[in-house]
Amino acid sequence: MSEFFSMGGYGWYVWGSYGVTLVALLIELVVLRSRTRKHETKA
Amino acid sequence: MNWFWYASPQTFYPLAGKLARASFAVAALLAVAGLYIGFAVAPTDAQQGEAYRIIYIHVPAAWMSMFLYLVMAFWAAMGLAFNTRLSGMMAQALAPTGALFTFIALWTGSLWGKPTWGTYWVWDARLTSELLLLFLYLGFMALQASIDDPRRADRAGAVLALVGVVNIPIIYFSVQWWNTLHQGASVNLKGSSMAPVMLAGMLVMTFACWAYAIGASLVRVRCIIRERGAA
Repeated sequence: MSEFFSMGGYGWYVWGSYGVTLVALLIELVVLRSRTRKHETKA
Repeated sequence: MNWFWYASPQTFYPLAGKLARASFAVAALLAVAGLYIGFAVAPTDAQQGEAYRIIYIHVPAAWMSMFLYLVMAFWAAMGLAFNTRLSGMMAQALAPTGALFTFIALWTGSLWGKPTWGTYWVWDARLTSELLLLFLYLGFMALQASIDDPRRADRAGAVLALVGVVNIPIIYFSVQWWNTLHQGASVNLKGSSMAPVMLAGMLVMTFACWAYAIGASLVRVRCIIRERGAA
């Protein structure tokens, strides 16, 4: 398992890529959800 | 089926909601499958070791960054040519997601460059033109946000989007036109120089990003339709 996370010594680069991607997409989804909610509560 | 029925914001609004939910579901399934292929099935790369696994997000994100710009410019052009209400809203809805994928392409490329090239950033033609793409998206969004009248904002944004289209072939062909640190394309319409299982993982991830981008853009266009009081 720890072998998987170390990515042959490239863990920072590989997980840094996927981690930031995941966070960026989640931020977009949260922003979109709150923007949608605003309209639904108004309607 | 009469497709023109959906060209008006009122009728498109509920359809967009259904399509968005379906797109997100498809995106989640494809992402799980693509990451499984990329991390569990595909072997370690002979030259780059495990660092190459960044490819499963870097290349799909970079393709999406260019593709979404073309789609955005297409809707911008439709809006200018036919003055259809939904076109400008579609262009506006695509821009933030396009900018997001451009950022992801730059970020993951940077983290891939360090172990393979020895540097996070270099001002070569591919990287510089991709950075310009990010500024085009941000410029488009800032320009639209700065104009109160939505129809005028759409027209101004459309002109910027269309001028910026010139950058897309520059990004794509930069690795052939100039001597770049960035490698040439491993995949094009004629074929691929990659191992089939690596290519499979990359393509599945590309479709996942595609489905995600469709979902996010549709949710955003629904917000824009509401905000402009068109539904």
